[in-house]
Amino acid sequence: MKVMAAAFVVALVIAFCAPVVLNQFGWSSAEQGSSTSVRLD
Amino acid sequence: MNRKLLGAALLAMATLLFNPAWASDAPAVDRTATGGAQTLEDIMARQQQLKMDESFRSENLGNPANAKPITEQLGTRGGVSDSDVWRGIRYNQSDIKTQARGPGADVLIQDGGMPWYKLREGPMITYGGGALLGIILLLVVFYFVRGKIMIDGGPSGTKIERFKAIERFGHWLLAGSFIALALTGLITLMGRSFLIPVIGHEAYSTLAVGSKWLHNNVAWAFMLGLVMTFVMWVAHNIPNKLDWQWIKAGGGIFTKSHPSSKKFNAGQKIIFWTVMLLGVSVSLSGLSLLFPFEMPMFAGTFSVINSVIGTDFPTALTPHEEMQYANIWHSIVAFAMMVAIIAHIYIGSVGMEGAFDAMGNGQVDREWARQHHDLWVEEVEAKQGKGGSS
Ligand code: HEM
Repeated sequence: MKVMAAAFVVALVIAFCAPVVLNQFGWSSAEQGSSTSVRLD
Repeated sequence: MNRKLLGAALLAMATLLFNPAWASDAPAVDRTATGGAQTLEDIMARQQQLKMDESFRSENLGNPANAKPITEQLGTRGGVSDSDVWRGIRYNQSDIKTQARGPGADVLIQDGGMPWYKLREGPMITYGGGALLGIILLLVVFYFVRGKIMIDGGPSGTKIERFKAIERFGHWLLAGSFIALALTGLITLMGRSFLIPVIGHEAYSTLAVGSKWLHNNVAWAFMLGLVMTFVMWVAHNIPNKLDWQWIKAGGGIFTKSHPSSKKFNAGQKIIFWTVMLLGVSVSLSGLSLLFPFEMPMFAGTFSVINSVIGTDFPTALTPHEEMQYANIWHSIVAFAMMVAIIAHIYIGSVGMEGAFDAMGNGQVDREWARQHHDLWVEEVEAKQGKGGSS
């Protein structure tokens, strides 16, 4: 059961880290939904 | 469960739902009275959703060379009429320049939106939700007919290691994330129909934003769990002759017999391959949705399917249509997985005495193991006899 709890915690840790990592690759989840992703040029 | 049947049913459903080739052809229309323009018959045929040849519109985009000068009566600005311009936009024939950037920005009008929306709000919820309720009902009936599958003669009291900690970790990473994905996915799909009327817009808004966050981000844990369990268990899940015996005996479920089995029986192998194949498909379509317009995969998939089984799926898709197909496919696969997994959860917990321990602490009762996985126990004992471990 400890292993089960650990796995659930790790799933959440991965979830929290995912957007941070994606940001490093230039993909921002916050920007996806915002109007600033529409570039005027 | 029969995997072939499931595959065939899925394909049939997908085909019925999207393949325009199933619509009957509209009768030929005489357009001399309108000079080639749309007639009442055309409009009626479209309303009846008949399959029609749209070329009289899609290719009628105006020819500036033939246009009357603007100074004359009926002269058109730029040589093409407003209708010509709109048709050009409607059929993606215009050279559109937009300030917004991105693959989807240059498509100003596309047809797929409403059919997609109706499919998602209608049949998707009805059949998907129905399938979930159906399997739950089936399991309840099974429980009352067959009862909990007990260890014949009771547990022996001695234990044998079934799964190592790393295996259980992989399983629960996969399972925990899958359950989170299933619940948040259902909230996203069904919230508008079932939650907003009950909890209101404001509460649902918070729930929807939270669900979206969790769904998008916990998906990575699911993919990791999928890879881990695949690597650790694939060797035990290669089908063999024994599986056929097991299936012919119906797993012994109703006869209360115990057909021979190694580490995983045929029923478990079906769950394993369902999870792996559908898991990859749901992950790929999910990635396609997570990075909008960046990973279109349906035009390519359709052309492969067409060339193999001779279907008539569309292979020229606008960026939005790609997203619509990805969304619908993602949901279909997810529902199929949920149905299989609900049955799996049942048999791994309340449905069978002693099963949960395998994933709980990794130690199962030796008698349970003998009854359900006799050949595996022999293998383990033979190894232990030689001083090895499981
Ligand atoms: C509360 C939920 C769940 C419970 C109680 C549960 C329980 C179990 C148990 C006890 C086993 C080992 C069976 C044995 O000893 O032979 C197992 C195996 C397995 N589980 Fe789960 N599980 C759950 C959720 C899931 C989910 C959500 C997935 C995938 C998305 C999954 C995928 C698998 C696979 C692929 C196996 C190996 C094949 C098999 O034994 O059928 N499980 N599970």
